[in-house]
Formats: sequence, C-alpha cells, structure tokens
Amino acid sequence: MTLTHDSTTSQQSRLEQLCPPTPRAGLIDDFAQREIRRAILTAIAIPGYQVPFGSREMPVARGWGSGGLQITLALAQSHDVIKVIDQGDDEGVNAVNLRRLICETTGATETSEPAEATLIQSRHRIPEDELRQDQILILQVPVPEPLRGVERDMRELARMHAEADYSKMWVSLYEDKVRNGVITRTTGYPCLVNGRYVIATTPIPRWDVPRLHQAPFLTLFGAGREKRIYAVPPRTDVEPLTFTDVPFEVESTPGARCHRCRSEDSFLVEIPGPQSQWICSDTDWCRRERLSKEAQI
Amino acid sequence: MTSHSPMERAPWVLKVENLGKVFGPMDSDVLAETGPEIGTSKSSRTGTVVAAWDVNFEVAAGEALGVIGESGSGKSTVMRAIAGDHEASHGAVWLRTRKGDVVNVAAIPDSARRALRVDELAVVYQDAAEGLDLGVTAGGNVADRLTAAGWRNFAEIRHRAAHLLGRTEVPLERMDDIVRQFSGGMRQRVQLAKALANNPPIVLFDEPTTGLDASVAAGVLDLIRDLLTELGIAAVVVSHDFSVIEMLTTRCIVMHHGRVVEEGLTDQLLEDPLHPYSQRLVAAART
Repeated sequence: MTLTHDSTTSQQSRLEQLCPPTPRAGLIDDFAQREIRRAILTAIAIPGYQVPFGSREMPVARGWGSGGLQITLALAQSHDVIKVIDQGDDEGVNAVNLRRLICETTGATETSEPAEATLIQSRHRIPEDELRQDQILILQVPVPEPLRGVERDMRELARMHAEADYSKMWVSLYEDKVRNGVITRTTGYPCLVNGRYVIATTPIPRWDVPRLHQAPFLTLFGAGREKRIYAVPPRTDVEPLTFTDVPFEVESTPGARCHRCRSEDSFLVEIPGPQSQWICSDTDWCRRERLSKEAQI
Repeated sequence: MTSHSPMERAPWVLKVENLGKVFGPMDSDVLAETGPEIGTSKSSRTGTVVAAWDVNFEVAAGEALGVIGESGSGKSTVMRAIAGDHEASHGAVWLRTRKGDVVNVAAIPDSARRALRVDELAVVYQDAAEGLDLGVTAGGNVADRLTAAGWRNFAEIRHRAAHLLGRTEVPLERMDDIVRQFSGGMRQRVQLAKALANNPPIVLFDEPTTGLDASVAAGVLDLIRDLLTELGIAAVVVSHDFSVIEMLTTRCIVMHHGRVVEEGLTDQLLEDPLHPYSQRLVAAART
C-alpha cells in the first residue's frame, strides 16, 4: 500500500515538474509542445529525414494544414510575429483562419509583410522576398513521402531511405521523360537534401525549389495527417534530382507578366477567364511592387 | 567433382561451401533422419525441414553449372541462398568481385548484399514479376539497374537500355511499352536485359523457361546460351528440366530431398547416370 502510495506521489510530482498544474493558455499543452519541439530538433539534426511525431487533433481537419499549424503552435510565443499564406495569398480563407487561430491562442501578432515576420506558415509558396536567417518557414505538407508514388510497402520505403536506394525514383523520372518528352512533375519535386535523404518539396512549385538550396533560413515541413516532420536547416544543399543532360527547369510562360504589378520575374498564376491573364501568386509582394512602382511615377 | 572438370585450373568466381538451409530446430540427429536414403527432407521426430545440406561447388568465369532436381529437392533454396533472397543456415557462399575482393555473401549485411546485386550478381527468375516491375516500361526496368549503379545521364541510359534490349531480341519499338503488356517470352527477354545491365560476372537462372511454351522456350534458351558464351559470365542454372540443363551447362549437380546425390559433366551424367534418382530423372526426360 505504502509503496503504491509513494510511487503515485513521486509520479505526480514528476508530472507537475514537467507540466505545471496551471493549464497553459493555447491549443497545445506543454507535453505536446515539448514533443513537437523534440521532433523538430531531430529533423534539423538529420536534414531531410522524416521524423514521426504524435500529431494532435487540431481545430482544422487533417489535410488542411494541421501539421504546419502544430509546428507553428509549438514554436510561437507572444513576442512572435506570424505571417500565414495559402497559395501565396495572405487573404485566403484558410490563411486568415489559421492566422487568427494562431495569434489568438498564442498572443503573437500578425503581419502580411515577410520582413516583419518571425514565423511564416505557408501552403504552396515561399514568399518572393529573400528571407533571413532569423526567420523560420513552416510548410504544410500533404504527402511527406517522396517515394509514395513508386513504392507502397512501408517496410520497403524505410529500407530504401535507410540505404539511400533511390533508383526507383530515378526510374520514375526516366519514365516521365520517356512518356512526355519532359519531366512533368510540378509540385513536390524530389530533392536530395545534404547529399543523403530525398524529400518531397511538396507543396511548393518547382519555381521555389532552387530557393531552398543553401537558404539562410530554416524550413520545417509538417504533415499532420501523415504524422511526420522534416527539415531543411539553414545553409544546406537541396539538389533537385535531375539527369546530367536534362537541366532542371522552373515554370515559365513566355511573355506572361502580372496583370496588377507588371512584373515578369515572380511566380505567376493564371486567372481563369476568357482572356489569358496572369497575376503574382504572392499577393503581398505584388501589392508592394505596385506601391513602389506608383511611387516612382 | 573437380577431378573431371575441364575448368579445374580456372579460378572460381563463385564458390559454395557446405551450404545448408534448415527450417526448424536443429540437433545432431536431424541430418541422419532426413535425406534421399530416408526419402524425406523433413524429420518425423522434430518436424525440422532440411531444405538443403552440404552443397559444394565452384563456378569459373564463362562456365555454367546446372542444379537439377524435382520440386522440393532444395535446388531453389540453394539459388536463393546464393542470391541472398534468404539467409543460409550453414556454410559459405564466396564471391570474387570484379575488384578481386572475396566476399562471403552469407555473412554480410543485407545492404551490402543488395549492393552486390546491383553489379556483381544478377538473378533471372521463373516469374518475371519477381525480377521486373511490371508497371514500368522495358527501358525503365533496365534503367532501374543502371541508375542504381550511378548512371545519371538520360541519353546514355537510353542508349545502354536500347543496346541491351536489342541484344536480348526485344523489338526496339516496344522499349517504351509497359512490361505488363508483354508476353511471357518477351518478359523473360526483358528480365535478361535487366540482369545484364551492369555486366555482372555472375548470373543465376531460376527455371528461366518454365511456363513458356516450347518454341518460345527454345528461343530464350538459345539466346541465354549465346549470351553466356559471348559475355564470359559464370552462371548457375536451376531447373527440373534436363533439356534446359543439357543445353546451357557443362557441369551439373543432382539434388534430391535436400542433398546432392550426384555431380559430374552434364553430358556424361545424361549418358550414364549412376544414382538411382538421377537414372529416374534421365529416363523421365528421355521419354
């Protein structure tokens, strides 16, 4: 009896030591924060390796950014400044809701200016602006496993990563080129990180892939549904898998320029409609471009 | 075996030494309770299956050795132990790599064994689905081995794949077709091209023509024979069919209930089999 009593008390005091009785304001408790931060540290220590983590239920559906959200919530503090974009757009419904949720539950402030942000959570884009080393980019990842399309067996996938056996990935690129004459893969282009692990750069377009290579900032990839976190630490090699005689190319449409800010050197998306019109995918960058051009006039 | 081998002096590239594969508990009596004399490979006392035991042979470059026996005789077990598809319980499988290193395939980690499978040791399986990815084109299947060996130039990969498929008589206009759409004989030819992709010094054939109709099988056998002579490969051919062994190999061993019952030159063994089981096999093949 005494023994049981003693061990219960010591367990309780240990729990209190780990997690103070006053509940932490916010969506995730101290245990969750600790666990996610540990997964992030592991991910940074082994660039490109997919670290399993205990993905929590979030007030958004799995597949709607729950992985990125958990990373942001585990990192964000009241002094942080948060930018959230969806397809490059700060004002998308999903982006607005996630930003409000993060700021209201962590006390952080919100912004649309990349230069002000300490944490940038994104689906589909890296902001056009150059990010700095004191900023963290958090990507919401739907499918973290780059080999999912070429191998279904989980044990075999684990083996392929463990032995850096990526020949099946190369075969899929070969097949793509043979069938279509070009490599058609757009988002999620497979890249070799730090010369070791192949990652899916999903959800960003090919346009943004070269910007991960030797980037000054830390990029964290969170997949809530698949319960994986992986990272590209600052100043790390990120090489897209390409044949030596087939150069890696980013998306481009000859002659296309932004309908609003007239720029040609940003990532453009087509507006559906009778006439072909293009606009910048990064809306905040586009807004500032317009302002600076108007100021010049 | 070596006493009447014409290749006696040629250095071996593959040497199988006291190879054994046992499923179940092993004690000193299990071996006496199994084998051709007893008429079973399963011990009635312990339930242990001695799938193969005390298998010894050497193969030199340019030489082909046959392993013949009925279903369950242990011939495929031996082949899979050499290929590393499963681990041997006993003995060693020595392989001389192209760099001249001697490795015991049975005693290295799985990852090292798979590395050997890229360019030192290839296997042609009876079921093409085991050796090929049926959802990928013929060229893609060859590209798999080439990229595994570090090929990264698309044009060179294409060129090499086309060359190999041409050599194994796969029509080039079918190079970019999915292998699943291929006939059985054509699949075996693609498997052959894939196996030869990185010029492996050793190729194992597991019933390469079983399941093909006679005329197609004859064509594939002709092709294998020509390639073996041309490329100087050391080959092990596993088959239950004496005509395959006769056509491809110079020496062979006969397996029965997990043991080697006879070994010798293929033509001599066919002319004058000594062991009663070999006699039955030959008689069956001659009818």
